[in-house]
Amino acid sequence: MAIPLSWYLIVAAALFCIGIYGVLARRNAVGILMGIELMLNAVNINLVAFWRYLNPADVAGQAFALFVLVVAAAEAVVGLALIISVYRTRGGIDAESIDILKQ
Amino acid sequence: MVLTQFIFIVFAAITLLGGLFCVTTRNMFHAALYLVVSLFGAASLFAMLEASFLAAAQLIVYVGAVAILIIFAVMLTRGGAGTQPAQRQFNTQAGLAAVVTLVTLFILLRVVPVFNYPVQNTAVPVDILEQLGNALVGNFVLPFEVASVLLLAALVGAIYIARERRRREAEED
Repeated sequence: MAIPLSWYLIVAAALFCIGIYGVLARRNAVGILMGIELMLNAVNINLVAFWRYLNPADVAGQAFALFVLVVAAAEAVVGLALIISVYRTRGGIDAESIDILKQ
Repeated sequence: MVLTQFIFIVFAAITLLGGLFCVTTRNMFHAALYLVVSLFGAASLFAMLEASFLAAAQLIVYVGAVAILIIFAVMLTRGGAGTQPAQRQFNTQAGLAAVVTLVTLFILLRVVPVFNYPVQNTAVPVDILEQLGNALVGNFVLPFEVASVLLLAALVGAIYIARERRRREAEED
């Protein structure tokens, strides 16, 4: 194979770190969710790359990535619903001002 | 350089640059569009890994559904308000976050490529799609069904959480 496995792993690691930065540095809650989506995608790239390079005869690797996809979609739906609910009740989705539990 | 390597670098650059602009741009709507670019790049990487079904699923689920969901959320929550100069899009720990990210990246890049993975140079079976379909209703039937219940729960939960409350209910809270 022309492309070494480590290239995929490096791309996935970089994408994961970009996601970490998005989660840590954003104030907008939707932006934080976007960072989480990027991290989940990096994990999926890793899973599929390992499936392709280590054991392509076994479909378990692809099936696992598929379930990650499903869970990520469900997580995005509930997360965005929560954000919209917070926006309705608090008038903003700034992650630093959502501190009801602290009071 | 082999052609496939060049194609890989192009797709990887699309994925990484899309992700980078997604987390650094100030306009949330632009961030959502860059996220779509990045997810599209990831789908192309799946295609390069000969995971055709996953590439298609990625396009349909992420580029199709989740992206529209996020764009709707940005529009419903006045995400465009981030364009006002007064409002900051990044919190006070943004610098610290960058340091943490770079340290993590450094560690990962030092550790990940040097490990000796037992790579097999075997081709993907031609009937991999059929095998995957059979596995989803065979070996993986339990997670498959749990995933469908999870999706239903997420659907109902999202509708319940995000629905518009009537005034009387809101006053009781």
